[in-house]
Amino acid sequence: MPAPIRLRELIRTIRTARTQAEEREMIQKECAAIRSSFREEDNTYRCRNVAKLLYMHMLGYPAHFGQLECLKLIASQKFTDKRIGYLGAMLLLDERQDVHLLMTNCIKNDLNHSTQYVQGLALCTLGCMGSSEMCRDLAGEVEKLLKTSNSYLRKKAALCAVHVIRKVPELMEMFLPATKNLLNEKNHGVLHTSVVLLTEMCERSPDMLAHFRKLVPQLVRILKNLIMSGYSPEHDVSGISDPFLQVRILRLLRILGRNDDDSSEAMNDILAQVATNTETSKNVGNAILYETVLTIMDIKSESGLRVLAINILGRFLLNNDKNIRYVALTSLLKTVQTDHNAVQRHRSTIVDCLKDLDVSIKRRAMELSFALVNGNNVRGMMKELLYFLDSCEPEFKADCASGIFLAAEKYAPSKRWHIDTIMRVLTTAGSYVRDDAVPNLIQLITNSVEMHAYTVQRLYKAILGDYSQQPLVQVASWCIGEYGDLLVSGQCEEEEAIQVTEDEVLDILESVLISNMSASVTRGYALTAIMKLSTRFTCTVNRIKKVVSIYGSSIDVELQQRAVEYNALFKKYDHMRPALLERMPVMEKITTNGPTEIVQTNGETEPVVLETKPPPSGLQPASQANDLLDLLGGSDITPVIPTAPTSKPASAGGELLDLLGDLNLTGIPSITAYNKNGLKIDFTFERSNTNPSVTVITIQASNSTELDMTDFVFQAAVPKTFQLQLLSPSSSVIPAFNSGTITQVIKVLNPQKQQLRMRIKLTYNHKGSAMQDLAEVNNFPPQSWQ
Amino acid sequence: MIKFFLMVNKQGQTRLSKYYEHVEINKRTMLEAEVIKNCLSRSKDQCSFIEYKDFKLVYRQYAALFVVVGINETENEMAVYELIHNFVEVLDKYFSRV
Repeated sequence: MPAPIRLRELIRTIRTARTQAEEREMIQKECAAIRSSFREEDNTYRCRNVAKLLYMHMLGYPAHFGQLECLKLIASQKFTDKRIGYLGAMLLLDERQDVHLLMTNCIKNDLNHSTQYVQGLALCTLGCMGSSEMCRDLAGEVEKLLKTSNSYLRKKAALCAVHVIRKVPELMEMFLPATKNLLNEKNHGVLHTSVVLLTEMCERSPDMLAHFRKLVPQLVRILKNLIMSGYSPEHDVSGISDPFLQVRILRLLRILGRNDDDSSEAMNDILAQVATNTETSKNVGNAILYETVLTIMDIKSESGLRVLAINILGRFLLNNDKNIRYVALTSLLKTVQTDHNAVQRHRSTIVDCLKDLDVSIKRRAMELSFALVNGNNVRGMMKELLYFLDSCEPEFKADCASGIFLAAEKYAPSKRWHIDTIMRVLTTAGSYVRDDAVPNLIQLITNSVEMHAYTVQRLYKAILGDYSQQPLVQVASWCIGEYGDLLVSGQCEEEEAIQVTEDEVLDILESVLISNMSASVTRGYALTAIMKLSTRFTCTVNRIKKVVSIYGSSIDVELQQRAVEYNALFKKYDHMRPALLERMPVMEKITTNGPTEIVQTNGETEPVVLETKPPPSGLQPASQANDLLDLLGGSDITPVIPTAPTSKPASAGGELLDLLGDLNLTGIPSITAYNKNGLKIDFTFERSNTNPSVTVITIQASNSTELDMTDFVFQAAVPKTFQLQLLSPSSSVIPAFNSGTITQVIKVLNPQKQQLRMRIKLTYNHKGSAMQDLAEVNNFPPQSWQ
Repeated sequence: MIKFFLMVNKQGQTRLSKYYEHVEINKRTMLEAEVIKNCLSRSKDQCSFIEYKDFKLVYRQYAALFVVVGINETENEMAVYELIHNFVEVLDKYFSRV
């Protein structure tokens, strides 16, 4: 068999392939050749074949059949074999394959090999793909190597230790003694990897963190040497001595100084020195400054230092290099929470970044701008942000719109401004706003009572031209439905009133209904709005009736249901229509969202489970109409129809549980329970609706004689199936001549709904003598106990 | 933490790849294709850091070759940018005429 081709040949051949298919063909041919060569157990060319296999694996082709071959290579004595074998192991094997455990013994032997390069290979491989079992077995060896004097091995051992700690955190203590001398090295390689090891240990364990705090002075010294030392050709990168090590040390200092005053103080000087001495003309210097700024922000630094840091960031913002600006914006975002005022100073630069061409910078600038909006600058910022919303890419629009809504809500200087802003957002980015923006806006509009006419006029004008943006159309339809009368009457304080006729309004709503662009939800809104207008408009009721009846046979089930119910309203329940379609009252935003809230709806109470309902959920006009029709069918009261179920503040919940708070005044006739000797006792009844077996009786005792009755005590007894609770009376004296009464409340629990009977006993003093009487009350009206 | 290190040419062919986290082999090609698409669509005056899924890409272009490094948020982006250049310089010194 001819000798297999070398790796370079393979690469050249593959590169000549012009199409993907050609490349695949070549690779498959080569794979077949390699496979047959493996089967022949050919020792001489094995490493060449595995190298080729690794290349093909890197291009994305499967190479699992080479795993065992890698193991064989590792076990061989030749260095070239071992090298490829370990590389293959790193690339092809990991803990998912069982084969890797076979390597453990090989690695163990190689860790004790006489040649440092072999040891180095073994350390690299273990550090790259060692599984937890392997790490546990070999941690001892690694630790031994961490203490050698050979710096080549020491640095590799340190990195291997990092991996071991990541896989098996319990072994961290084992490496602790070896770390004592790590920082005393001169060799930058070892220093760097030791700092990495220390960083990893500190991040994982707070005890280690406390232990290593004493190293802060040493780290400060090393950093100082790096900065102060002259040119060192070995470590120089564009004029700065070993910037990578500097960055690492700064990061470790950050972790050590966090939340610790002493360490932070020890670092203050060096941080100031780095911040001022580093050259900023090249990217390297800026990288170090960036890390310094991050460190200053994170530790408990003194305020002068913090101001220095933010000024550095401000300088970054003005730099021409995009990378630096991006980095500055990112860090400012992190610090805006803590050092708000300092960041405000750079607000104009940040706002300018909104106009940058680069997508990443724009995104950062947008987030930062939202964080910087406050009561003072809200108008100016909003103008910029709205302009940004107009011109930005679609991927930003949703976030920008929600950000604007939030900021407007928190800081709106006036209601009109707020509504204008939201309208502007809806017209420019209408299709990107989130779903909960519509209910929020509607709630806002209902709350600003004086702006109703203005709002509805603006909304009408907005959708007159274009009704494709769904959220805008939804809000507009809702408002037109609610405030159509204001629109038609032509009164508007804020703006010049436009003359609109009822027909024009109905035209626009009908076109929304018909249009193909309208979503089903939008159509629902429009239909309900048309229906509401039937009570607000005077001359077009017939037209409305016609529209509603047409949609009674719509294909859309939701629309059909609504239309049918509205039709029913016209036909059978016309007397209720005005009450039902009355203007919505002001909705309150709930601030607490408990798992259940008791809802008060003018006499009816029903517990409602509120999970994630947006504040005013009275935005489901259709379901509301359904609820209302149910309510009306079920009970025999006609109160004014309530609004959303969620509009009650949570504090009312406690009171509502009180039975007396939710009485249903349905006029059960009152009775005279006792009338003798001038003493008359009347019973009035109330039924609680939270508990239908409870009857609340209020007794009123009056005295028609010429003398007062004193020490009046009322006692009552009921049959065994009932329970009675007597509350305290208003007083114990009944004045003469019916000039006053004693009232007392009795609660009767009647779970079995049996006929109420009561025996009462009265004791009082009258005309100087003690009077006592017993009586039975049988004339309870049926409504009081049924 | 560095997630991966790629060298991809303008046509999307991977010249070098090293993953520091396990990624399925078929996902790798997809990842590489997407990454190179992102990098190619950037113009010269845009910054070298792209946010991609839940990590960041730091890329640098050398003639027809893109060196892309994927990092997570604990890394200093600019230091990684320098690292890429350092790496290229090392290759240059070692192999000459890179």
